[in-house]
Amino acid sequence: MTDMKTKASASPVPTKVAQERRSMRRLAPIAAVLAGGVVILILSYTLEPFRNYQLATVGAYFCVTAGLTVLTGLNGQLSLGHGALMATGAYSFALAQNKWLSLPLSFVVAIAVTTLAGAVIGLAAARLRGPYLAGLTLAVAIVVPSVTSTFDETFNSDQGLSVVLDPPPGTIPMERWQAWLAWTGALLTVLLLAFLVRGAFGRRLRAVRDDETAAKLAGVNIARTQVLAFVVSAVCAGLSGALFAVLAQSVSPGAFPLTLSLFLVMAIVIGGLGSLFGALLGAILLVALPTFAQSVAEQTGSHRLEGNLALVVFGVVLIVVMLAAPGGLASIRFTFIRRFRRER
Amino acid sequence: MKRTATTFVAAMVLLAAGCSSDGGGGGSTSGADVPGVTDTEVVVGTHHPLTGPAAAGYASISPATKAYFDFVNANGGVHGRKITYKVKDDGYNPATTQQVVRELVLQDKVFAVINGLGTPTHTGVLDFLKTNRVPDLFVASGSRSWNQPDKYPGTFGFNPDYTVEGKILGTYVKDNLAGKKVCFLGQDDDFGRDSLLGLEKVVGAVAAKGTYVTSNPNVGPQFGQFKAAGCEVVVLATIPGFTALSIGTAAKIAFKPQFVVSNVGADPTTVGKALGAAAPLMEGLVAANYLPLSTDEANPWISLFKKVNTEYNNGAEFDNNVVYGMSVAYLFVQSLQAAGKDLTRDGIVEAVKKNGFGGPGLVPLRFSATDHAGYGGTQLTKVEGGKAVFFGTAYTTDDAEGAVAPHTAQVVTPPSNGVPAA
Repeated sequence: MTDMKTKASASPVPTKVAQERRSMRRLAPIAAVLAGGVVILILSYTLEPFRNYQLATVGAYFCVTAGLTVLTGLNGQLSLGHGALMATGAYSFALAQNKWLSLPLSFVVAIAVTTLAGAVIGLAAARLRGPYLAGLTLAVAIVVPSVTSTFDETFNSDQGLSVVLDPPPGTIPMERWQAWLAWTGALLTVLLLAFLVRGAFGRRLRAVRDDETAAKLAGVNIARTQVLAFVVSAVCAGLSGALFAVLAQSVSPGAFPLTLSLFLVMAIVIGGLGSLFGALLGAILLVALPTFAQSVAEQTGSHRLEGNLALVVFGVVLIVVMLAAPGGLASIRFTFIRRFRRER
Repeated sequence: MKRTATTFVAAMVLLAAGCSSDGGGGGSTSGADVPGVTDTEVVVGTHHPLTGPAAAGYASISPATKAYFDFVNANGGVHGRKITYKVKDDGYNPATTQQVVRELVLQDKVFAVINGLGTPTHTGVLDFLKTNRVPDLFVASGSRSWNQPDKYPGTFGFNPDYTVEGKILGTYVKDNLAGKKVCFLGQDDDFGRDSLLGLEKVVGAVAAKGTYVTSNPNVGPQFGQFKAAGCEVVVLATIPGFTALSIGTAAKIAFKPQFVVSNVGADPTTVGKALGAAAPLMEGLVAANYLPLSTDEANPWISLFKKVNTEYNNGAEFDNNVVYGMSVAYLFVQSLQAAGKDLTRDGIVEAVKKNGFGGPGLVPLRFSATDHAGYGGTQLTKVEGGKAVFFGTAYTTDDAEGAVAPHTAQVVTPPSNGVPAA
């Protein structure tokens, strides 16, 4: 799943064995997603409601971290504005849902609107490099509250909108239903992304990331690849935002602050840039670390610590992971297993 | 890829194992299985902003509530049950509120949610609390959303709603500042809107109005506009930080209107601290309150609360937020007492509906089968010599067309051990 692996295995001349291996590799994402689906199904029946809700939150985060890790890790574009794209998805979802009260339609609207937003930002982003790109996307993240208060008739300012939801079908508890929704979204996203990055598109992404001039000489359209990468990633963020709207049953600018965008980048770096598995680890951390920090802070009895400790924990984890495993958490496993295999 | 799948499975299973190990700590009860209630304990919870932009002032409410519960517990509790109060920080972020309230209800298995703070934050959990049949008592906000007995039968407010307050502030303006040009600055949400609604019911359309959002600490343009419009009275529906900002901004552009401020943004200690050396600018500020003022040494409730504050709250700074927190605690203790020995969720909701609570409040609570709003009015205060003092009489009214009527408070003496007689 990592790009390192692909590079290593792409070198030998294609033989029958290699072809077979390639078709295996094509099928592998389906197997992984199916296995994931089964695990989620089992978990959603065994976990208690609050854990199910957390499971759903991991799923919703997984959508956005997967998209972001493809953009940043495989295409080399750093986005500090994915929180804003999530907000776009969430608000579109909320407005559509409150108007038509149809869950599938609202998801489609959310995805369509973020595709558009992603294309616009992507067009601008494709012209920018390094810190300038970071600056642009940062501005997008900061502008969200101002937009909601300038057009307060529609977005209701800081208070945000509440999202009307039909009760879950049958006798399914709300939390289990939310987990299913979130993970359906997440697993579909990951499946599509896995196929995308394994194909020609994935090769173009990496080519542009590694050397733009070389990629251009090889006939890759740099700008188009970058814009496409941004759009794909924006769609994932939009879906994630819509899922968060379902989970919170409300949307407000406070739910998509600048720190969320920064946390997302931190999560994929800790998880392992460019790896979808790393994105999953990152999503788990995004849910687990604040909870952990809160329980620690509660034991110390200092209220002031409660809201701030999560930031510290995240920072420390980032530093430790970067020192111990510069490739992120996902890379630890791979080097370990590879070494084990070599020794055998 | 297979490895990825295996690791994925392993990670999820580990996560599940790690997560579920600390759950399932519900209490065993005597007769009926009521969440959070045992023969010796009742567990309740809340969400408050302990960090973040709204923490100033509001962060000291929940420790005060907890201190009062500790005081009651030390005196034997209510019907032999000690009260455990779980406070979760939501940073005034609705998404976090969702998370922490689920944690309280589903994992900590609280009996009820008490005094959840904030309009935008609490609005998001109304449906969740209703579905889980959790009593949602004494919400710390004056939004009219809490008063929907048909839609949310278990939700009750605490603060006078902002429309009631707006009407009373409007009555003051109409009676004492007649003929002056009135302008309005409000928070861009239900707080500002409801307040303006009440004000305009009494004084008619205001000459100029503005809004602000908490994420943008600048009210320069609004006050430039008010000055240009020749406003003589400015009514504020603002949180404490923005009250201070408004007063400071007006002074900077040499604009000296009479300020009339909503209760939630008028605590002189909190606002004065934000103004720093400019605190004397508050002199003459008119506001409203429905609980005794922290500086009123003669009030028996204040002396009781002060004692509790010293003994159980580590002598925290005694301001109106502490008075507020303890008043909430007293009301909950009264409700527990009224609900009787066999405590159930339906039982406490019925007890609150029956009302008849006397306490520190200057006006009666509105609770009934058809009304779930909190206090029914306020009394006006004026800042004199750096501290707020009451003047005139208390008023009560409703959020519709009802008249603003004077109310004479009956003095209630607090029980010395903090627990009201059954």
